Amino acid sequence: MNNKHEVVKLIDTTLCTACRGCQVACKQWNEMPGLRTKQWGSYQNPPDLQWNTWTLIRFQEHVNEKKEFNWLFRKDGCMHCTDAACVKVCPSGALHHTEFGTVGLNSSRCIGCKECVSACPFEVPRYSRETDKIYKCDLCYSRLRSDESPACVKSCLTGALSIGSKEQMLKKAYARAKKVGGDANVYGDKFVGGTHVLYVLQEKASVYDSLPRNPSVPFSLFVWKDMLKPLALLAAGGVLAGSFLHYILHGPKLPDEPGPNEPGKDEKGGE
Amino acid sequence: MEITRRGFLTLSGAVGSGIALSGLGINLSPVQAYADELSKMNRVKMAKQVSTICAYCSCGCGLICSVDKLTGKIFNIEGDADHPINEGTLCAKGAGFFDLTEANKHRLKKVLYRAPYATEWEEKDWDFAIPKIARLIKDTRDKEFIAKNAKGELVNRCETIGHYGSSNVDNEECWLMTVKCRALGMVYIDHQARV
Amino acid sequence: MTNHYIDMKNSDCILIMGSNAAEHHPMAFRWMLKAKEKGATLIHVDPRYTRTSARCDFHVPLRSGTDIAFLGGMINYILSNDKCFKEYVLNYTNASFIVGSGYKFEDGLFSGYDAEKRKYSKDTWVLEKESNGIPKRDMSLNDPRCVFQMLKTHYSRYTLDKVSSITGVTKENLLKVYEVFSATGVPDKAGTECYALGWCHHTTGSQIIRTMSIVQMLLGNMGIAGGGINAMRGEPNVQGSTDQAVLYNILPGYLKMPSASLESIEHYLEKYTPVSKDPHSANYYSNYPKFFVSFLMALFDDKATKENSFGYNWLPKLDDGKHYSTMHLFDKMYDGKVKGYFCVGADTANSTPNTRKVRKALENLDWLVGENIFNNETYEFWRGPGVDPKKIKTECFLLPAAATMEKAGSQSNSGRMIQWKYKAAEAPGDGLPVGEITIKIMKAVKELYAKEGGPNAEPILNLYWDYLDRNGHFDALKVSKRLNGVFLKDTVIEDKAKGTKIEFKKGQCVPGFGNLQLDGSTASGNWVHSGSFGADGENKMAKRGKDDSTGLGIFPNWAYVWPVNRRIMYNRASCDVNGKPWDPKRKILEWKDGKWVGDVPDGPWPPPALEGGKYPFIMQKDGVGSIFGPGMAEGPFPEHYEPLEGPLTKNPMSSQLINPAIEIFKSDLDKIARASEKYPYVCTTYSCTEHWCTGALTRWQAWLLEAMPEAYAEIGDLLAKEKGIRNGERIKVSSIRGSVKCVAMVTKRFKPFLIEGKTVHQVGLPFNYGWLFPKDNEDDTANFLTPTVGDANTFCPEYKAFMVNVEKL
Repeated sequence: MNNKHEVVKLIDTTLCTACRGCQVACKQWNEMPGLRTKQWGSYQNPPDLQWNTWTLIRFQEHVNEKKEFNWLFRKDGCMHCTDAACVKVCPSGALHHTEFGTVGLNSSRCIGCKECVSACPFEVPRYSRETDKIYKCDLCYSRLRSDESPACVKSCLTGALSIGSKEQMLKKAYARAKKVGGDANVYGDKFVGGTHVLYVLQEKASVYDSLPRNPSVPFSLFVWKDMLKPLALLAAGGVLAGSFLHYILHGPKLPDEPGPNEPGKDEKGGE
Repeated sequence: MEITRRGFLTLSGAVGSGIALSGLGINLSPVQAYADELSKMNRVKMAKQVSTICAYCSCGCGLICSVDKLTGKIFNIEGDADHPINEGTLCAKGAGFFDLTEANKHRLKKVLYRAPYATEWEEKDWDFAIPKIARLIKDTRDKEFIAKNAKGELVNRCETIGHYGSSNVDNEECWLMTVKCRALGMVYIDHQARV
Repeated sequence: MTNHYIDMKNSDCILIMGSNAAEHHPMAFRWMLKAKEKGATLIHVDPRYTRTSARCDFHVPLRSGTDIAFLGGMINYILSNDKCFKEYVLNYTNASFIVGSGYKFEDGLFSGYDAEKRKYSKDTWVLEKESNGIPKRDMSLNDPRCVFQMLKTHYSRYTLDKVSSITGVTKENLLKVYEVFSATGVPDKAGTECYALGWCHHTTGSQIIRTMSIVQMLLGNMGIAGGGINAMRGEPNVQGSTDQAVLYNILPGYLKMPSASLESIEHYLEKYTPVSKDPHSANYYSNYPKFFVSFLMALFDDKATKENSFGYNWLPKLDDGKHYSTMHLFDKMYDGKVKGYFCVGADTANSTPNTRKVRKALENLDWLVGENIFNNETYEFWRGPGVDPKKIKTECFLLPAAATMEKAGSQSNSGRMIQWKYKAAEAPGDGLPVGEITIKIMKAVKELYAKEGGPNAEPILNLYWDYLDRNGHFDALKVSKRLNGVFLKDTVIEDKAKGTKIEFKKGQCVPGFGNLQLDGSTASGNWVHSGSFGADGENKMAKRGKDDSTGLGIFPNWAYVWPVNRRIMYNRASCDVNGKPWDPKRKILEWKDGKWVGDVPDGPWPPPALEGGKYPFIMQKDGVGSIFGPGMAEGPFPEHYEPLEGPLTKNPMSSQLINPAIEIFKSDLDKIARASEKYPYVCTTYSCTEHWCTGALTRWQAWLLEAMPEAYAEIGDLLAKEKGIRNGERIKVSSIRGSVKCVAMVTKRFKPFLIEGKTVHQVGLPFNYGWLFPKDNEDDTANFLTPTVGDANTFCPEYKAFMVNVEKL
């Protein structure tokens, strides 16, 4: 996809203070509940992305080759790939590209097949057993359409998060990495057709937990996408009723309503 | 062009600055199956916008509450983009401000009373509590009121009632409390400034 | 705060010490990072490596409780390396003043100490005067008795070796901080210091801040954009609640609480109205009587008259030299002598040090009234862990309060900015604003006294209490105008200097504290709020003007800043004696064509070198900054003392191990274990971004609780290895006063210190947790560990440095 309306969100890890305003703002706007977690010896909680947590700050203690200590913070979430494996495998069309180049999720169409969960090289989509659906960041599609920045970007108080045209953000990212110097680098534009979320990483990508060095879309998915999916969609018809509207119609979901899964635990569906 | 934080939720209720996405030349005509009329963004646009100030640390960040005009209830709270200190941004506590509203099921909603030696609270109302509290204040104060200290100096003091708090209420409320305490002759008056 | 949050962006060097700004004042850190992006150096000096350290240029760890030693070393460095901003020091501080001959300092003690009372007589801490009453000065700064030379002598003892051995900071790191920060001691550089409770929570807290004030005066960093000393306060309206004096020792607007020996208003006013004979000193507090009388008028209105001393003797009086702080309250309550207790918007069962003592104390109450939006451990102490409710006599009320967005009113941030809020929704259920609850209770009390009478009933009966609106609800605007001040009768104010006469009608708002009167014709509940309304009733706190013509982030038309909308305190010190700004790039004020242009100046007078000129520090009696500060409880120059409970048996600086002026509490539960093998680790307590204070608001919020779900203790990986503790395991942390169980967070961010040749480990716990909620674990407050002891001036408890042991469970 290559259109002039493409937007890119830039995550500059060198400015992040891990205040987690974005993590909470995302839940607030998207009306996702907070679940009971455990202290497991880390500031990072929930320990991983999960169906109710679409944006997560990862905390990592790192000692570099020069024996210098650094506490690394990385906001994790959907990368909004151009060659999005999730979109390719989604049999129902729930996952789709939007006019912004981002990957939208129409929950009412999700059939809970979890194909996307296995396909995503970043392990982003997360499954909820109770609703039998997957969840992930849609870069606040309704806000983008209303001329407004996503909840995470708006909340970000240090400017670590910004959003704008692809061209602008690429330029900004490279300029920043250059200014920071050292191992600072840009992550995201060189694979899966370019992501719509870019990082300026303080350290080499290989240093970061849960960040693939060379994410790619398996070749088999091209076969599925190009040959089989059209047939499958025909068969599925329009059967899917959604609980997506629950969140809208029934007002704000209480943040501590018991979640569909066991407290503090979530699963990567499909495993 | 970069999308700025400006442009959302001003007091007048105007939404969008026109300098954000549309400035990119992006066509916003509907192309998706999303029911825009039901989207939260649209509810925000139609809501009454009321400004408030964050209730945690003392930075004094601005927040905007979106209030549903039909129900009178707050359904969204985010940063005030016009506020010079936070310019729409918020930390974790500020971003979660909505959870202080009545949407939080733990909010206290009733006057609670616990009788001496009781094991549970009982729900009561203001007409029960206020006269009872006033009576306790008067009896406690009058019983051991200290008109003069050991040196015989006039002190007009009540040492048997303490007051604590609060840096978490407004100036006007603090002033009423401080004045109330002084009128009663109380001296054990303190609050979080000292912790 | 002398400056304000946005102003941090104007700095060249930001010393963050006594604060974890990125976690506790994230928005302040936002402005610090903006300065960093422009090239400023950010330094974090803190016992812990935190989210703040991660984004600073460098982090320097120091042993908790040794900040005076660290900063004393900086003063020594500045003076021995000639890094002072000479012109500033000479003209705007008392460096050139001559110290009285009776003043002495010897082996950790200043002259006038009474060991039995643990108190100083300050009689010898004086500055000499000429026969005409003007302070004696030596502008060459060579007189051995001048403040500058005395300062030099005092801090020459703070050598790099000594400081390093006390603080555990390497000499290399000490020099790095000293060099970078003292480079701001030139006209075109600005250095600021940002602190928070990391400084207040020590038995030497106030003196740590004083030490930094001396540094900032030596470097000429006070009163300038990007400079100052900025107390980032911990609560949304703690500036305002302090201004309104919900405190035993002051009245609103920092007026002094009367003490027993001041039997008449004349005597009281004489004591607290400073007199200066120096024509260059504005001595603004000479207006004190007007502020005080207007306060009494706000209380008693037409019942206060000149004949009855405006009701002065109706007020309670404190016994001279006695204190009534939270710790004193709980000490007395523990003793069974407090019967009733109001706990509003607070969780004192968790927040007060030495929890065992505090919770026992609560059991002695006859009654307790709580007002809050959530329940907490104080309101339910009667069924806390180990408490049998059937044995607790206390009658308890828990009154549902409105949350901040459910009521109108004003709130003051640390930059003294008073912002007006609007009511967005009704409080749920029967909830009411605390203001309305207060009005209702007091109204009922007034009715009882009207019917039955009682001792000293006058202040109750005569208290002006008309603060409800037409519908019988709390009217914040009415109260706010009373705070600002109103004319009680038609008044003509004549300004002879300007040759103007202005008429005000009864009921009109007083447009500024300059208009407050001594004769009872004005009522002002808090003189520092005076000016927050215009005479026409305009609510300036609600202003939302976004203009910032200076580009320095002053935003003069956004809300209202006390005093008189001045955004930077002591701002006339940003210019030289002729009124030219030290640094044209950071021009907040300039004397131009016979007047000040820029921010609202600290008074209209010309700069000191011009005719009729005044010194810049107008609230100080002598008009200059006090390097020699005789007002403090423990001496005019800050001195290092060990925490009440520390790892050392001897203070390397002197024979005085702990602060000689602190009060020692002596109940059976006030135990101390100093340098004990049983409790070998230095412990410190704190909060985190995701929670607030005791967690009494934030533990009830699932989004925040999810992010920081349970109590934990941070321990260094080296200590963990020594103790066989693995990350995530449950541990017990104990002091001699109590213990808590929690999860071990083993981290490389905690490193041991080398103190006096010995390795000292440090652990840390957040104080955000409690037993009431969530209920699925054994969490309780970290204050089971902390001692009942506080700063000698403020009685702010020593939460930040005490001794513990750590065991694997």
